Amino acid sequence: MFESNKDSQDKKKKLVIGWFSFTCCEDSTILFTELLNDHYDEWTKVMEFRHIHALKTDNKLEDLDVAFIEGAVSSPTQEKEVIEIRQNSKYVVAIGSCACNGLPSASRNEFADEDLNEKIQWYFDNFDYSKKVRKLDDVIKVDDNVDGCPMNVDTFFSVVKKYLDLFEIT
Amino acid sequence: MHQGDITIDKISKIEGTAALKVTIEGRRVKDLKFIIQDYRRFYTEAVKGKPFIAAPSFLSRICGTCSVAHLFAALEAIEKSQGIENTEQTKVLRRLAYDALMIRDHALHLYFFVLPDLLGIDSILDISDDHNDPAHILLHDSFDIKRIGTDLSNEVIGAAIHAPYPTVGGFLKLPNQTNFTSLISRLEEIRPKVLRGINLFAEWDEVLVRNSDYLALRNDERFEFIEGEVVNSNGKRVPEEQFHDFLKSVVIPYSHAEGYVFSDTHEDYLVGSLARLNLNSDKLHPRTKGSMAGFIKIFPSNNIYHNNVAQAIEILHCVDEAIDIMQSIVIREEKPIRKPPQAGRGVGVIEAPRGILYHMAEIDGTGMITDYDVIVPTAQNQINIENDLKKFFNENLHKKQEDLKFEAEKIIRTYDPCMSCATNFLTIEWIEE
Repeated sequence: MFESNKDSQDKKKKLVIGWFSFTCCEDSTILFTELLNDHYDEWTKVMEFRHIHALKTDNKLEDLDVAFIEGAVSSPTQEKEVIEIRQNSKYVVAIGSCACNGLPSASRNEFADEDLNEKIQWYFDNFDYSKKVRKLDDVIKVDDNVDGCPMNVDTFFSVVKKYLDLFEIT
Repeated sequence: MHQGDITIDKISKIEGTAALKVTIEGRRVKDLKFIIQDYRRFYTEAVKGKPFIAAPSFLSRICGTCSVAHLFAALEAIEKSQGIENTEQTKVLRRLAYDALMIRDHALHLYFFVLPDLLGIDSILDISDDHNDPAHILLHDSFDIKRIGTDLSNEVIGAAIHAPYPTVGGFLKLPNQTNFTSLISRLEEIRPKVLRGINLFAEWDEVLVRNSDYLALRNDERFEFIEGEVVNSNGKRVPEEQFHDFLKSVVIPYSHAEGYVFSDTHEDYLVGSLARLNLNSDKLHPRTKGSMAGFIKIFPSNNIYHNNVAQAIEILHCVDEAIDIMQSIVIREEKPIRKPPQAGRGVGVIEAPRGILYHMAEIDGTGMITDYDVIVPTAQNQINIENDLKKFFNENLHKKQEDLKFEAEKIIRTYDPCMSCATNFLTIEWIEE
């Protein structure tokens, strides 16, 4: 009934990207899906979405040109994951306020030290929460920031253009 | 140590990572765990001690995709705690904004997450560039549907995500009514595309039936997402203020989110579009009913895959209601209702895209929040999801493991648990003993 795959694969070089989410409300991921309303046809011609859980199951974390990372880092498990992304990406862009500044996901840093009540403590005891929630560049090197809650769209467009130019992709 | 209720911080928006662990023994499912792995941010704790006026915007950050639902539930809870009765104009404009939310949010789920399952492909990214390919047409339908939902949100509440205009007692800025004419035209233009989507999802022949109970808000005047009483499949009605007592929270030690069952029977239940259509299809917009009479007869249904059909029909209802509202409303300049702070407790129960959402605010005499509580839809559906999956696995263990994994993911996605639960998963750990 339907064609299941693109028949003609464009052989020219594309910007190989990954999109990742950690502790946040994923508003920038939602905004990204909104941007696809107007930019899907344009971006799929110049970008290969190699790793994007929001859109596909078959993801590969290897040889990314640019990794866009949304969210703060709130556990040792997440720390390992962002380090692995960094190791497999030429450039990393922090997306949204939680990745760039930690907040609002890092709100718990203000009370978790001395004001842990029994119920919150239960989560700390049963899962691998780190003591503090950290912004992305506290954990790995970040090359660019797209701040905002959700991300600033104009800044995002500028960053995308910057990397398309850098990799000489037209 | 901790037995029974651990009811703090039901703020989990739950998109993120989830996993499924299944243990098979003697050709039966011995154990099945649907594990929500999103790390909690404890926003209901963080908001304590803050002025109530700032809370709704902060709490909208619980979830990016249904941010407007959390915003409106928080506003309702706080307004009730302060004895604020909104104007009719505020109520109608919030309904209009909610129509926009449902159009955008349901379309994202149906076309970006479910459509690939229906087409037998991994992703929308695999859809052909051929403009005559039906899949290509459907994908571009989705862009048009989502875009009008976003643009309508932008006009009425300032943004589709973390909207700045709604505030306690009304709106900080009112929409420009002169822009409604073009929005109405665009809603009329997407209507055939919405109908095409309903046909598509209604004709999908996937079936998973289990006798669930359903819970939804019901308003006897109209199909409503914001105002009404909670009803279940037996017709039992629960005022919003008593909703919390109607449920019993269940600690799920392997999941970051607690589950819920009915407090009296301890039975699981389902919330969301399927529940709403099962309990309220008689109240759909007359134009929607006229266009979709054949498909509306599907409901009530116990087939979880009909949650997709229900969402598609709700998009049409919201298109029709939004057109009605914009054609009839005359917007008058009015300021938000403000009163000196008072000590009080308020409950806001509304229908988020994925089902019933509960916010409770306790505020002191200086306007500071002393306690806050949230129950989100996906937490309520968690036990139901596990029980549906157990039934599915027990009836299909003869199938190949890869097929079972794919089918299980489809079932979970059909629930629309939340943006990335439907996509960021699924790590299935297969244990055979």
